[in-house]
Amino acid sequence: MTTSTEPVVAADGLPLKRSLARALRRQKIRALLLIAPLLLFIVLTFLVPIGNMLLRSVDNAIVEETIPRTVEALRGWDEAGDVPPGEDVFEALYADMLIATDAKRHTRLGSRLNYESSGMSSLFRKTNERRLGRFELEQPLAPQFEDIDEDWITLETWRVIKSNSDPVTAGYFLAAMDLRATPTGIEPVSDLQAIYVKLFVRTMILSVTITAMCFLLGYPIAWILANLPSRSANMLLILVLLPFWTSLLVRTSAWKVLLQQQGVINDLLVWVGVLADDNRLAMINNATGTVIAMTHILLPFMILPLYSVMKTISPTYLRAAKSLGATDWTAFWRVYFPQSVPGIGAGAILVFILAIGYYITPELVGGTDGTFISNRIYYHISSSLNWGLAAALATILLAMVLALYWVYDRLVGIDNVKLG
Amino acid sequence: MSLPSYASTGQTVWYYSFRVICGLIFAFLIIPILVIIPLSFNAQDFFTFTPEMLRLDPAGFSLKHYQDFLSDSGWQQALRNSFIIAPIATVIAVSFGTLAAIGLSQSHVPFRGTIMAILISPMIVPLIISATGMFFFYSKMGNFLEDQLGWDQNFVGYIKIILAHAALGIPFVIITVTATLVGFDKSLTRASANMGAGPVRTFFKIQMPLILPGVISGGLFAFITSFDEVVVVIFIGSANQQTLPWQMFTGLREQISPTILAVATILVAISIVLLTTVELLRRRSERLRGMSPG
Repeated sequence: MTTSTEPVVAADGLPLKRSLARALRRQKIRALLLIAPLLLFIVLTFLVPIGNMLLRSVDNAIVEETIPRTVEALRGWDEAGDVPPGEDVFEALYADMLIATDAKRHTRLGSRLNYESSGMSSLFRKTNERRLGRFELEQPLAPQFEDIDEDWITLETWRVIKSNSDPVTAGYFLAAMDLRATPTGIEPVSDLQAIYVKLFVRTMILSVTITAMCFLLGYPIAWILANLPSRSANMLLILVLLPFWTSLLVRTSAWKVLLQQQGVINDLLVWVGVLADDNRLAMINNATGTVIAMTHILLPFMILPLYSVMKTISPTYLRAAKSLGATDWTAFWRVYFPQSVPGIGAGAILVFILAIGYYITPELVGGTDGTFISNRIYYHISSSLNWGLAAALATILLAMVLALYWVYDRLVGIDNVKLG
Repeated sequence: MSLPSYASTGQTVWYYSFRVICGLIFAFLIIPILVIIPLSFNAQDFFTFTPEMLRLDPAGFSLKHYQDFLSDSGWQQALRNSFIIAPIATVIAVSFGTLAAIGLSQSHVPFRGTIMAILISPMIVPLIISATGMFFFYSKMGNFLEDQLGWDQNFVGYIKIILAHAALGIPFVIITVTATLVGFDKSLTRASANMGAGPVRTFFKIQMPLILPGVISGGLFAFITSFDEVVVVIFIGSANQQTLPWQMFTGLREQISPTILAVATILVAISIVLLTTVELLRRRSERLRGMSPG
């Protein structure tokens, strides 16, 4: 037997290959064990809530849970026809409503269906325990429901109930895109009610404006920081880092103080004589206020990645270009600028994604025409309590952000994002 | 960078005007923060400089807004809440985050890309979306803890916010600690194991002191994330958990009072302290790794 066929063995007599594989496996398991607690923590405290939100944006179990017999009986009814459902449906409705009113769940169903068609909330509220108790069960039930409210025998009511009897609905997403489902298909809502598409577009336009402003103001700053001697650059860097570390609320209140009609900037302009006292500029509670305040708040997020990329660009390239006869502008535009593009990409995506989901600053300085989609989400969470719609709006926003990341990853590579 | 002696007139003009432009942008960055500091000493309830202040008349200045802050029970409660929530959230984020960062920096980690993406997702997803998701889930979780386990409602309220803030702070810990670990010499832990130290002893005696600057600055990032955070608190908190930024937010939206400027000035002072600490730590760790001469 030659030595070449004999397996190489480790100190404990096992073949070396197996021994190495075991060591590697142990190493992998140890690494995973170290990561596992945090992974579990993030999944539970963050990913599950996000997933839950996605489910909620299509969840419609409330109709089927509250009036199950009616939903079942409605299966035989033709919603495209022009006769309201028959007596069997009203018997089922009576049985369901007795249970629902007893558990006080009928008003919740009413408010849910009210999002689809106004008037449903009051219809269900009127159909209370007291009214149902007075029903004469020997008589036909449909006319007695009609006595409570004649909406009970209209086609529209039953179409809404039938079209929402599935446990899953696209209704919230349709509403979030200013559409609604009708028996004849999906139609846009009337112009007066259409706000969400406009709001999404406004969010995009303002975010793009803010990103562009941050780029215009951030590029010269990053350039001068990267090209000054390191002692003075470090001093100036503090001017960028201090706003970065200062509370968002502090900066927003500062802008509120500066931009008001009786605020510092207007006072200064009046005192200098540029403005008449009765002609003060309205710079707050509108889109201008949002753009100014948010540009200031997000500017460090543009400067820091730009600066870290520009620091790595050697000044010799510029000198070489000039010595070969390029003018200052050509040298900058053809040689320096292309090398700074990864920094622009990183800064722009960071600023844009932060801007698109901003809530606090638009709420405080945005007035009515400077608010974002996020303000509408909060409104639905806290005031209108239309949580499904809030979840649908947030889901759309999330999809937009993820799409942006995907595009960005394709163009620049997500690994190229540098944070300071 | 300095202007060469052979520069043309156009180049000279551009050189100086570029510096003026940069100066203006720096002013734009810093003036809004500086302006509120003198305004917080205003003797009047105005948000602008009074004629007395412009004349530097001592009568125009006072500490009354600071007194308001210190005597108002709402602000004091908010201050207490902020200093309960942020440190606990930071400790959770730092302890889990450091362990995971050490795990991630091992040479063979299966699915490293996916795991990393999951761990930093709280930083990537816009806050309003995180807050909406957390609003639905945490209210269910809170109801469960209160009804099934009989926990105190107030206590559950704090737990909800602390968990949410810890999740938001974790990406910063992961990023800073993994960055520090890149420069960590693994032969040191091997040498320590060779001399008979167990993994735990090696970690606390060898690895921890060396990566401490990264851990601390990650912790400061996590702290400021929680300390500044408003959206999630508004979504999932109740009146008892009002934090300092939340109180400022309500103040700015409803009855705008100059006390806010006094609070803002205090917060600016806190951020200057934090910034200085992080900068000193960063420079120290760069010096240790021989990346920068100064």
